[in-house]
Amino acid sequence: MSVMGALLRREMALGWGRGGGPLPALAFYAAITVLLPLAGGSDTDKLAAVAPGVAWMALALASLLSLERLFERDFEDGGLDLLMTGPLPLELICAVKCLAQWITTGVPLALAAPVAAIMLGAPISLSPLVFVCALAGALAFAFVGGIGAALAIGARRGGLLVAAIVLPLFAPPVIFGGAALYASQLGSGGASGLLLLLGWTAAAVALAPLAMAAACRNAVG
Amino acid sequence: MITALQIEGLSIRRGERTLFRNLAIRLEAGAALALTGANGSGKTSLLRAIAGLLPPAAGEIRFEGPADRDAARHDDLHLLGHADGLKGGQTAGEELRFQAAWLGGGERFVGDAIARLALEPLLDLEVRRLSAGQRRRLALARLITAPRSLWLLDEPMAPLDTARRALLADMMTEHLATGGLIIAAVHDPLPVAALTLEIGA
Repeated sequence: MSVMGALLRREMALGWGRGGGPLPALAFYAAITVLLPLAGGSDTDKLAAVAPGVAWMALALASLLSLERLFERDFEDGGLDLLMTGPLPLELICAVKCLAQWITTGVPLALAAPVAAIMLGAPISLSPLVFVCALAGALAFAFVGGIGAALAIGARRGGLLVAAIVLPLFAPPVIFGGAALYASQLGSGGASGLLLLLGWTAAAVALAPLAMAAACRNAVG
Repeated sequence: MITALQIEGLSIRRGERTLFRNLAIRLEAGAALALTGANGSGKTSLLRAIAGLLPPAAGEIRFEGPADRDAARHDDLHLLGHADGLKGGQTAGEELRFQAAWLGGGERFVGDAIARLALEPLLDLEVRRLSAGQRRRLALARLITAPRSLWLLDEPMAPLDTARRALLADMMTEHLATGGLIIAAVHDPLPVAALTLEIGA
């Protein structure tokens, strides 16, 4: 357990240090939120209608930003070798890395999500649901995104590859979360969408580490 | 404790190229093996195959002592090469403690490592500010902070100054005396009594 704690602490420290930690993702998120009304017109009713969905979709895109380097630097500097000669199975190592990614980038984005939704004119009563969706969604994005990052190890222009691999896998949680928010906005309750989102997140947390570990082994060998 | 390493019929391929085939080694506790050979002959690949990072094309690698191969690779060997896994943005002290925690050493060994490798003045520096030799000393600390039987070393002497080479020689002698095993890829002779194997001959 203390070994896992040591790895998590180090990964979080590296996550905060890696290119400014959550700041680039947050800045990107803020940029989308600010630019949308400028591009889409200032009709407040129209904006309020799309606000939760946009806040949610922008979160998915912002999550993508910091994923590229999740494994790449460890591969280049021998960090993966060091981790693979340690006591934990590679699957668990990958899970811990994604968890650290979620804590350092996903959680700050989830905190920003209700603010972004309100700025765009969504009702304040929707904020708790936006936050919960963002928190769970960001966890799924971190784990699913990790698959892309692991598959892109050693590739030039890895970021492009990560986006191409990961975007289809981001679609289901975006749909479920968006449905939850839309249904709740219409007053019919967002429970079913939220449950589907949580289910997808659980599946991602359980299965993605297997794929990441396989991709890492392949890259190292 | 790994008591012996047995390699039979080992072949390693990188892409289309076969680096070597049908390699056989037996190394007992307390013995060192120096791997020599031209650049690109496969010394590093052999070390990585023993550590389980590189799947061999054919042949078998067996560890005698631990319950199974995974136990040996996850708990009882060190692999140390040019890519040492140290992070430029972390301080030397943070990295030293992480190596100890991760590889199964303890806080009590950290003090030993700091004293023997004279790491005290480096502890608060970021790893990216260290010279190549200082950085190697920090990486070598894992040999002391986490006692493991089999040392797989890739050019361990290269960036070290004369005094530190003597120190590493002492560390190796002690490790062998306590029943450890060492396999090192080298261009200069190892400073301890060692068998020699030329790869790609």
